[in-house]
Formats: sequence, C-alpha cells, structure tokens
Amino acid sequence: MLKAIEQLSIGATDLAGIAQLTIGATYLVAAFLFMYGLKRMSSPVTAPSGILVAGVGMLADVLVSFLYVFDVSAAAKPHLTVNLGLAVLALVVGGGLAWWGGKKVAMTAMPQMVAIYNGMGGGAAGAIAAVELFGNKAQGVTQLVVTLIGALIGAVSLSGSVIAWAKLDGVIHKPLRVRGQQFLNGVVLLATLAVGGYLIFALQDGTDPLITPMITMPRLIYLFFGLALLYGVMMTLPIGGADMPVVISIYNAFTGLAVGLEGFVLQNPALMIAGMVVGAAGTLLTLLMARAMNRSVSNVLFTNFGGASKRKRSHLKGSLKPTEAADAGIFMRYAKSVIIVPGYGLAAAQGQQKLYEFVKLLQASGVSVKFAIHPVAGRMPGQMDVLLAEAGVPYDLIFQLDDINEEFKTTDVALVIGANDVVNPEARTDKSSPIFGMPILNADQAKKVYVVKRGEGKGYAGIVNPLFYADNCNMVYGDAAAVLAKMIEAVRGLSAQAA
Amino acid sequence: MMDFSIHITGFVALYIFMLAGFAGWVIIGNVPAILHTPLMSGSNFVHGIVVVGGIFTLLNASTVQEQAIGFVAVLLGAGNAAGGFAVTDRMLAMFQMSGHQTKHAKPHHAKKASRHATKA
Repeated sequence: MLKAIEQLSIGATDLAGIAQLTIGATYLVAAFLFMYGLKRMSSPVTAPSGILVAGVGMLADVLVSFLYVFDVSAAAKPHLTVNLGLAVLALVVGGGLAWWGGKKVAMTAMPQMVAIYNGMGGGAAGAIAAVELFGNKAQGVTQLVVTLIGALIGAVSLSGSVIAWAKLDGVIHKPLRVRGQQFLNGVVLLATLAVGGYLIFALQDGTDPLITPMITMPRLIYLFFGLALLYGVMMTLPIGGADMPVVISIYNAFTGLAVGLEGFVLQNPALMIAGMVVGAAGTLLTLLMARAMNRSVSNVLFTNFGGASKRKRSHLKGSLKPTEAADAGIFMRYAKSVIIVPGYGLAAAQGQQKLYEFVKLLQASGVSVKFAIHPVAGRMPGQMDVLLAEAGVPYDLIFQLDDINEEFKTTDVALVIGANDVVNPEARTDKSSPIFGMPILNADQAKKVYVVKRGEGKGYAGIVNPLFYADNCNMVYGDAAAVLAKMIEAVRGLSAQAA
Repeated sequence: MMDFSIHITGFVALYIFMLAGFAGWVIIGNVPAILHTPLMSGSNFVHGIVVVGGIFTLLNASTVQEQAIGFVAVLLGAGNAAGGFAVTDRMLAMFQMSGHQTKHAKPHHAKKASRHATKA
C-alpha cells in the first residue's frame, strides 16, 4: 500500500516534469514564431501570413499553458477544478467579446480599437503583479522591484489607453488642462513611487508594515494601483487629439515592457521575450512617428500641443473661394495629372470606395492619378494606406511623402480630401506655428488645388491653414462621399454627351 | 526525477531582455510606413501573450482574492490577444486583396467575364 502511494507520487513528479518539458519546448518554438511573424509583417506581400504565423505561436502557447495544472503549488491544489473552470470561462468570454468587437468595428475606428486592446494587455500585466503583491510571492528584492515597476507601467498603460480611446472615439472632445498640470502630474508620480518604495521596504522585510490600524498592507497596495491609474489618466488628458497616435504607440511599448517584466517575475520566458520584443519595437515605432511629425516624444508628452491656437491671424492673404463639386470634377477630367491627398475626413465619410471609382473614371480618360500619403495622415501612421487598400486601390498608385513631394510642382491638380494639417504650408514658413518644421505634402505647389472639406472649421490640430486662402485654391464644401458622388456624376455626364 | 522547470535569474534575464529588445528593434526598422498601423496592431497582438501569465497565475490561485484578480488577468489578456489578432488580420487581408488587383491588370472585367461564363 505504502509502496503504491510512493509510486503514485513519483508518477506525479514525472507528470510535472513532462508538463514542464512540453511547456518549455512550446515557448521556445512560439518565441521563434512571434519574431518570424513580425518579420514577415515587414513587407505587404508576406504580411498577411505574418499575423497567421504569430497567431499559431499564440494559440500553441495558450493551449500548452493549461499543462500547468500538473505543476501547481501545493496551496492551489484544492482549488484546481474551480481555477481551471474560471480560466476557461475568462478565455472564452474575454477572447470571444474582443474577437467579436475586432471583427465588427469599422476600419476608421481601428486606432481606438488598438488602444483598447492595448489597455487590456496593460491591465492584465497589472493584475498579475497585483496577485504577486497581495500574496507577497516575490522572491527577493529584485523580483519585488521588477513586479512593482511592471505594475506601475501596466496600470499607466491601462488607464492611459482608455483615455486615448475616449479621445479618439469622441467621448472626450477637448484636451483637459489645469493650471500647473505638469507639477500636479509630477506630484502624483512621486507619490506613486513613494508608496511603491515603501512597499518594497515593507514586503521584503517580512515584518508587519502596520503603521496605524488604518494603513494596512492591502490598502497600501490598493493605493499604489490607484495612484498609478490616476497618473495614466492625468498624463493623457492634457495631450491633444492630433498626438494620440504617438501616445497609443507609447502605451503599446509600455504594455510590452510591463508584460516582459512580469514574465521575469513569473519565470516565464515566453512573456519575457514577446514582451521585450514589443517593448523595443513599440519604442522605435513611437520615435518614427514622432520624427514624421518633426517633434520629440517628450515634446508630445509634456508640451500640450494639439489644442486651439490662440495666436492672432492677421497676415492671412486672399479669401476662401468655394466652388461646385461638378466643376471641380470636370476640371480634373481634362487635367493631365492629379495627385490626391487623402486625410481623416475621407475615412470619416467612408468615401474611399467612391474616391477609387472617381479615380478609375479619370484614369479611363487618360489622366495620370497618384495618391500622396503623409506619414501621419488619418489618425495613425499607415492608416490611410489600409483604408485605400480596403477600397481596392492598388498600392503602386500610393506614394509616401518623400517619394512624391517633388512632383507637386509639375502636377496640374492636387485634390485634398479631408486632410488639413498635413498640407499646411505654415509648417514650412511660419516659425511661430506649432507645426513649424513638420514635413508636409507640398500640395500648394500644384497648379490648381481643390480642397474637399465638410465646413470652414479648423483641422484636428486646430490651426488655420493659409493654403485654403491661396489664389490657386478652391474649396469644395460637403461630405467627402457626397462630393465625390457629384464629381463622378459630372464626369460620367460628359462621357455620355460625347457618346 | 525529472526537473525541467525554468529558472531565469539575474544576468540571464538581462541577456534575454537585451537580445529580445535588439530583435524587436531590428525587425521594426525594416518596415515600410505603409505597414505601420498593421504593425502597431500586430505588436499589440504579440504582447497579448500576457494571457499565458494570467492562466499561470489563476491556476496557482489559492484565495478568493487571487482567483478574482487572476480571472480579470485572463479576461483582459484574452481580450488583448483575440482582439489584436482579429483587427490585425482584417487590416492585412486588405493588403492581400489590393495586391491581388495589381497583379491582374483589369480584375473587374476579368471577373465579370468569368461570371458570365459560369452562368452560361
């Protein structure tokens, strides 16, 4: 009898060993798949398979992680059935809802969707840290420090991403600022770090950290997370909507970093590698985006750009000259070359399909048509490319800023649709402009410029655009999709007359 | 006695972080601007791996509090992974479609013709 039990327990350790071996081997393969998948995403041709490769790695990791049931701590053994049920439930509910949301959301709402999913990742990292802290599971000061740093970054990423989502989704319209915002933020951050520092001191000491009956360890941990979440909110609120892409990218890198750090705490190489790859990749992506806007990352975070400009506008020359969509359409039909500058307004009006229809009409009449994409067109780098691809525009018609900017000079018509700040010549000339120095598309250098715009309002950055007042520029007011429909009608009408 | 448990301490962890960070930096460095949004979304998906850490934590939970927080961790992590994949896949599928059209000069006529052919 005793021998049988002994054999059984050996069997259990063997099982744990086999589970560990399988988990370790799968993590290794998955780590390769993640990096290979991201690598494949670096070219439009292989990109669709890249996400599948990474997806296989993820699926394998998630499935194999259930082998942990053979290797749980003694304290958790009695709860294993419940825990297993909870894990499956959370996977199905969380994964299912997010999957449904991701499939259903409009392409224009992608940036805020990425923000939300990113916030979820930060929240998950924070929650893992919370379990470690409440249970005082960290071994040694190093692990404790890493847990707390991961918790801080994860929590900031969670609340910051939620604010970024609210801004992009239009729930919060204006940047919220109070006097001494930076000072206040600094105080909150310092308070968070102070509480964190005290937690390290108290938790590693193992002594009862009770100072007064009011301040208990769990309450301190709650306070730490509360302050970290508050800091994320306060850090994001003053940043203008135009800078949100950069902010989302920063939080994406943050979450990666938090995941990597918690991976170290859990001794999980899959989390460490995937998290740190994203942490580094997200940091580089953030720098690339900031560079495209000719601003430094600290500038984005700490200098409240993106609100309404208060400067006087006395030096504006010329006037706004509205024209009919039909006239503009026919003018382009007889032009030799047209460069289209699409912006967020086109996407918001769901006008991509109509635009490509119009482009095909122009091409059929022998007009050379190209698309010029500013690095931050839309609300996120590359988003405009995705939206045009959605409409079926071949990507050999799509040109990036550096490749096409010289061509505006020799082009008959520049058609600016729902874009504003990215064609604002002030960025080249006016040193006092908040966007001075940002590379812009030189649409103003074309012989003729048409600007399709919903109304006379300012752009996302809230700056007046002198291009609209220029002599060679006409405004076509209206919803982008409706305006394009009129242009199509007008050009078709001409062809019908000719026939 | 088989022991394949993983122990990553001190400098080994730093080496892993350094190499992984370098890999991430190099991989993104080669990505054209046209793919920046899908790539941000793709890397967002990759850190959805945090769900695995959540599962580990939840399976090892021994109090109601740990179970509750662990549940939240798995819930959020699963959302990060599943949502990230769904969104990235949708974006990249569009590149596939538009890439397809460039290869065939006049896809619309070709499609119509073939449709008529099958009908007949």
